[in-house]
Order: sequence, then structure tokens, then C-alpha cells
Amino acid sequence: MNANTFTPAGQKTKSDKGKMMASRVISYIFLAFVTVLSLFSFYLLIINATRSNAELQAGFTLIPHGNFINNFVKAWNDTSLVSIPRGMLNSFIIAASAAILTTYFSAMTAYGIHVYDFKGKKFAFNFILIVMMIPTQVSAVGFVQLVNQIGLSDTYWPLIIPAIAAPSVFFYMKQYIESSLPLEVVEAARVDGSNEFLTFNTIALPMLKPALAVQLIFAFVASWNNFFTPALIINTKEKATLPIMISLLRSELNSRAGDLGEVYMMILLAIIPVVIVYIFLSKHIVQGVALGAVKG
Amino acid sequence: MSTQKRKSVSYSKWGYIFIIPFFVVYIFCSLIPLFSTFYNSFFENYRDGLTQIGPNFVGFENYIKLFTPNSSGNILILDYTANTMIMWLLGAIPQLIFSLLLAIIFTSARLKIKGQQFFKTVIYMPNLVMASAFAMLFFTLFSNVGPVNQLINAMGGETVDFFGNVWTARGIIAFINFLMWFGNTTILLMAGIMGIDQSLFEAASIDGANSVQVFFKITLPLLMPILVYVIITSLIGGLQMFDVPQIITAGIGKPNRSTMTLIMYLNNYLSTSKNYGMSGAISVVVFIITGILSMFVYKTMVKGDDSGKKKAKKLAAKGVK
Repeated sequence: MNANTFTPAGQKTKSDKGKMMASRVISYIFLAFVTVLSLFSFYLLIINATRSNAELQAGFTLIPHGNFINNFVKAWNDTSLVSIPRGMLNSFIIAASAAILTTYFSAMTAYGIHVYDFKGKKFAFNFILIVMMIPTQVSAVGFVQLVNQIGLSDTYWPLIIPAIAAPSVFFYMKQYIESSLPLEVVEAARVDGSNEFLTFNTIALPMLKPALAVQLIFAFVASWNNFFTPALIINTKEKATLPIMISLLRSELNSRAGDLGEVYMMILLAIIPVVIVYIFLSKHIVQGVALGAVKG
Repeated sequence: MSTQKRKSVSYSKWGYIFIIPFFVVYIFCSLIPLFSTFYNSFFENYRDGLTQIGPNFVGFENYIKLFTPNSSGNILILDYTANTMIMWLLGAIPQLIFSLLLAIIFTSARLKIKGQQFFKTVIYMPNLVMASAFAMLFFTLFSNVGPVNQLINAMGGETVDFFGNVWTARGIIAFINFLMWFGNTTILLMAGIMGIDQSLFEAASIDGANSVQVFFKITLPLLMPILVYVIITSLIGGLQMFDVPQIITAGIGKPNRSTMTLIMYLNNYLSTSKNYGMSGAISVVVFIITGILSMFVYKTMVKGDDSGKKKAKKLAAKGVK
């Protein structure tokens, strides 16, 4: 494939141009293929959500039918196994709280380490870097046991509070602060008599808005999609989050003759909020991923 | 970026105040649970029906049990590690190939691809979609009465039991992982390629190197540190594989436990019998594997960067001759 090669103008020959055209055409064909690959399953999901159970059993098609509203009403009102609106509300409460805590406290920690000089600062920074790689799953046993011991199982607290300490978000914030928060600003605020905490909240935070927005979205999405931890903590159906409901739906799918149109609609409802947010903010999100990649 | 040189002010107590919430929560919600997970792995502690067994100190008993062959002669944890790695590989290899190709296409100054933002948006989207919903979707699409089999039947083929066959089941799980992650990897690799000194490409092209030479002699060696980082983080992520196979197989790793992953194994012990001892021992095994891999990441991030660049520069110099 063509890498970032650079051909000085004037050295281009005719055959070069022909080759160029060919590789561009091939590239676009490949990109079209990848686009179809990425979108096809969502397309099928939407199409199937517009078909009734009978239509779904009748055969395969790529053309939408007229039962979208019908399926929506059924999926929205069905409470026999799970209640999707309830699940959306539960997931939203947890994801929104977790996202706000993660973003705010990661920025605060990064600010503390960047702006102030104190004993153990280097240790604190290295500690966070080292623990960044530890997956949450390996401490799950101790975490579940602790949650049971202090009587917080089947509540949302164990899913929200740990969000305060998110090493990878801290790391991202630290890098962003280094590149876009001059210490002079902090000193100027100090000269004006601003309290340190107030400086952070009213002067530093607004300057970090782009980074905060990106991390808010990522943290929200991660929590909204999280299945492993909530499934270990939540036991009652009324408190279940969407991924738990999906897993209930899955395990019941074989045993009861469910309405498949409704099932597809439920899947669609579970993913649609994130997809809508993404469509509006995709530019910032994709840039955010790239920024996170450029390690110091 | 470098205008302000570490000119910190003497308000040191505020430093502690700002970082305290993070550390307190981390210690209580992650560090203590991590240690108590290790501690638990040396105890017999589980629920058998309504009776609670233990906790009794048993030393390395849980680990011995973990690595003892069962009645049919299989060491389950090794089988599940193999399953996890196989499904990771099946997804990661096409993922790397696609991502590398896409990253090169997007960053190529000669190709000048239009609509980049659109393509990047599209390929990244599956990464944000709920893995369990994705898995559920694929389960319904590939089920015996699903659209894929309807299509096969319509074309005169026999119904394929996708989730009853080892390799189709593993393949579908790997495919979902591939679909969810290749966009993310592409963006990371693009950032890596754009960080390469452009003058190297110019020099190579002036000296008449063709695209293939440029790729193998300049792009690839200079991209090595990021490539290694991407592969190892993907491997660490792969070891945690849970949502997709858990949903698709309803937690049993069908067919014949061939899609059972390490974390599903852990989850089975933890959620059904509250077996803190055995699940603790599995956690320690996963932790050790992850720790070894992380050390590689850390090394490549700290040292690999320089040595990789030097090596690549040497190679590049040779390549252009």
C-alpha cells in the first residue's frame, strides 16, 4: 500500500499517475467494504425492528416493513420479563452519576499533581500509572465481598462511587492540563485573592472543557455498556440495568416463544441513546481517541 | 506546551487535598479488594445450597484444585485460557491487518482520501455500542431460525447450527470483537504514523524508494513501539473477554465449553456459589498473566520509544540507498 510518500512536483510521470489512480480506486473500494461491514449489522437490526414476528419468521429481507411503531409500543410497555424504560432510567442514573464523578475527580487529581509541589507527588503519579493496567475484573472478588459485608449489595452506590478513581481518565487529563493550562493563570488568580479550590472550579475547569466533554462521553458510554460488575451487584429485576436485562432476555429466549420483532426493538432501544449522542459528537470523540493515543 | 517550566508554587497542602478523594476511593474500591482477592484465594469459602462452608485456611489447595485434571482428564483453566486466546487471536489478526491498511490509507499524503471524517466515524461506532446488545443481535441473526439461516435455506442450503459448532461459535464471537475494535486500533495507529518524521518519507521518495519499500523500511519499523503497545493492550483486553461469549452462550460456553473464557469461569464461581476461594485463585492467575504483559507495555513505552526510533532510522538510512 501507499504510505505517506512524497513526490516532488515535476517528477511525476504518466505511469505514476496511472498507478496513483489505481491505488486510489482500490482504497475507496476497501473503504466502502469496511463501511458496509461496520454498518450492516445495525441496518439489519433496524430492518428487523420494523417487522412483526410473523414477518420475521417468514423469511429474510432487506426492506423495512410497517411494524416499527407496533414493535416499539410492545417493547416499551412489556414488563413480563424486563421493563425497557425502567432499565433505561436505571442505566442513565448510574452512567450519568459515574461519568460526572469520573470526569470531575480525574481533573481534580490531575490538577493537584500538575499545579502543586508536594512530597510524594512523583510517587502518586507513578502509582497511578502502574495501577492503570490492572483490570477491574481481577479485584472483583474482593469488591463483591466488601460490598456484601457493608450491606451495599443490590444498590447503585458500588457502581457509582468507584468512578471517582479512574486511572486512565486521570492520565488523559494530566496530559491535557500539561498542554493547555499555563501555571501563570493559576498564579494570576492567586494574586487576585482567589481561593485554591475556587481557582480550580471557576478558572481551571472551564479551560479544560474540551477534555472534560470527551471524557464525560467516554465515561458515560463505558458505564452504560458495563455488564460484568452490575451483574454481580444487582439482584432485583426492578433495579437491573440494560445489559443485565439483555442477558435475561437472552437466557429466556430459548424457553419462551418470544416476539422476535419486540426483541430486536429492545436491542435497538438499548443501543440507540449512545448512537444518537455519537452521531452528534463523533468528531470530538474520534479526536479524543487519537489524543489519548499520543503518549508522553 | 513547554513555555512554563515546572514553576510550582508553595501551596503544597492543596496538592494533598486535591488528590485525596482519588486515592481514598482507589484504596477502598480497588486496592483493598485486590489484596482481599489474593487473601481469599488461600481460603475455602463458598456456599453449598443454603450452608456456608468456611472460610477455612487451606493454603494452596485452591490453586492445586485449579490445575488438577478433572474426571475427563482436562485441566479446565488451561482449556479456558486456550479458548480465550484462540478467540482473541481470531479477532486480533484481521483487526491488525485492517487497521494497518486503513491507517496507511488515511494518512497517505499521495492518496488524499476524501470523506475521512465520515469513514472514521463509521468504523469507530461499533466500539461504543453495548457489547451485550451486539452479542444479543448476533445471536438472533445467526440463530437456527434467524435471518442468516433463512438466507441459507432460501438458497437451498441446510440450516447451519452456528452456535452448536465449535469454530462457527468461536468465529462469531471473534468477529464481534474484531468489529468492535478495529476502528479504535485504526485511530491509534494513525496517530502513530502521523507522529513519524515526515522528512524521512521525503528523503526515501527522493531516493526513489517505492511504496512497498517505504512501508517495510520506514513506516513499519518506526511504528513498532505503537504497534507493540496496541497488540499488548489488545491482548490484555482479550484476556478480560466476557460480555460477548457470556451473552451468546447464556454463560455456559456452548458448545461443549469451547467458548468459555477465563472471566466467564471466574464469574461462574463468583455469582452462582459465591465461591470466593476458587474465584480468588482464578483472579490471581489472570492478574499474574496481565502483570507480565503490562511490564512489556511499560518497557516499550519507556525504552522502546528511543531504541525503536534509532533502529528505524538506521534501517531507513539503509533502505534508501
